[in-house]
Amino acid sequence: MDGNLNAITTVFTEFYYWVTIVFMFLIHVGFCMYEVGASRRKNHMHTLMKNVMVIPLVTVSFYLFGWWIYWAFPNFPFFGGLDLESGAANLPWADTMGTNVGDRITGVFWAAFLLFSWTAASIVSGSVIERIRSSALWVHAVLIGSVWWIIDAAWGWHYAGWMVKYLGYHDAYASGVIHAIAGGYALGVITVLGPRIGKFASDGTPRDIPPHNPWMLAIGIFLIYTGFWGFYAACNVPIISPEGIGGQITGDTWTATNIYLSPTTLSAITFNFLMSLSGGLMAAYLVSKGDAFWTFSGGLAGIITASAGNDLYHPIQAMIVAAVGVVIVYRLHYWVERRFKLDDAVGAVAVHGYAGVVGLVISGFVLWGQPSSPFEGYASINPLGQTLGAVIMFFVLGFLPAYVVSKIQASRGALRIPEEVELKGLDYDEELTYQAAVAETIAVNKSEIANR
Amino acid sequence: MSTNGMENWAVDLAEVTAIYPFQGTEVIMVVVGVVFWLGWHRIQFKREEEELEQARKLEDRDKVSASVERY
Repeated sequence: MDGNLNAITTVFTEFYYWVTIVFMFLIHVGFCMYEVGASRRKNHMHTLMKNVMVIPLVTVSFYLFGWWIYWAFPNFPFFGGLDLESGAANLPWADTMGTNVGDRITGVFWAAFLLFSWTAASIVSGSVIERIRSSALWVHAVLIGSVWWIIDAAWGWHYAGWMVKYLGYHDAYASGVIHAIAGGYALGVITVLGPRIGKFASDGTPRDIPPHNPWMLAIGIFLIYTGFWGFYAACNVPIISPEGIGGQITGDTWTATNIYLSPTTLSAITFNFLMSLSGGLMAAYLVSKGDAFWTFSGGLAGIITASAGNDLYHPIQAMIVAAVGVVIVYRLHYWVERRFKLDDAVGAVAVHGYAGVVGLVISGFVLWGQPSSPFEGYASINPLGQTLGAVIMFFVLGFLPAYVVSKIQASRGALRIPEEVELKGLDYDEELTYQAAVAETIAVNKSEIANR
Repeated sequence: MSTNGMENWAVDLAEVTAIYPFQGTEVIMVVVGVVFWLGWHRIQFKREEEELEQARKLEDRDKVSASVERY
């Protein structure tokens, strides 16, 4: 009986993660639509291909080494060595990294994390459209998707991570570990990359470069919202016993947990997801005076702001946290744009980076003193730990490596496309070929009709 | 001190109920929520009124005509 109960639990967990992965695919579909909608017609295909190829490149690198980093790095390098024992089962040559009826979880758990990797890379991809070389972006995609974000996950999004143990870091639905780091990374790249031609007037005043298709943006962001449901579910362990957790919890009541193995419920995150989405949309509508682009993005920024504590907040707290975050993020975006002349084409630095940072800081106060872990000896959640965590995510693991790598790329002329190409459009040659093919096809068809 | 009263997870989950912060302030939170919601309607109502007042002026008939023909 026990054996079958365990089997059912395992297969349920396997299926649970598998469903979240399918949902999360919609995040990438949404990002692709959003980027293409925001770009001008002359750059469509390159914009699309740049983000589509993130999928295989991050997948392969995440299989080869990214997944191993998560298991080997929780205390490395500051609080211990590499955890080679845990890492061993997650190396690409381990038998658990393939068809194995004795291990039904590694594959789906790997894929759930992989979809987060795509998201991190895709966030960066949006901010740099219409002027970055695809080759440069794909290097960044591998670095953020298979190295930097997964290091931060090992440190701050793992039940044994040093940030959780010593800082009391709590980030249940990834305000920092995905969004702050990806936003910081995007900021590092665009600081070196520079703005699109025409983005700023000669006196430095920013110009709006409107999206060519606002409807694609709307559908794209709704797909991202939908995928975000899967993302939230994927951040949970669906069912586990106190014995399975192995911490301080007593009794024999099974539960869902967050990634730190602390109890939460799907109901809690459903309440809070919807209320933070609503708080974000409402605040963004007001602060942007009904601007569609910012209202849609504000919904997302609201969820991201509340995500660090959405396993524990009351729904009204989630709504207010989201609304406050969106107002800060909106103002900060335009201040940074004017002050530093930075061109963040889709507002990714603001919606993901600033929202993630603000969300972490706020959660430190609202959740102050609560246990960060079910294990003994861990620091409790606190404002200083959350703020330090935000700095580590946004600046140390996000901005800094992006800036350094972009500088190297720029010094070798490998970061930005030539000005002439930017002016003509990245799709110029493809468009000529396409038009010629269309003209030839029409001519052939007309000729066939005439000969019958 | 903890905002939800829990210092650690050394508990039997069968005996745990709500774990959100600041329990006991639910009515205040609901009041804040209602103020946020109704305040939003008030601001939006006022702004829309002003926008529509500005928009009703037919300043350039050619542009208006072109906009109508866009369908």
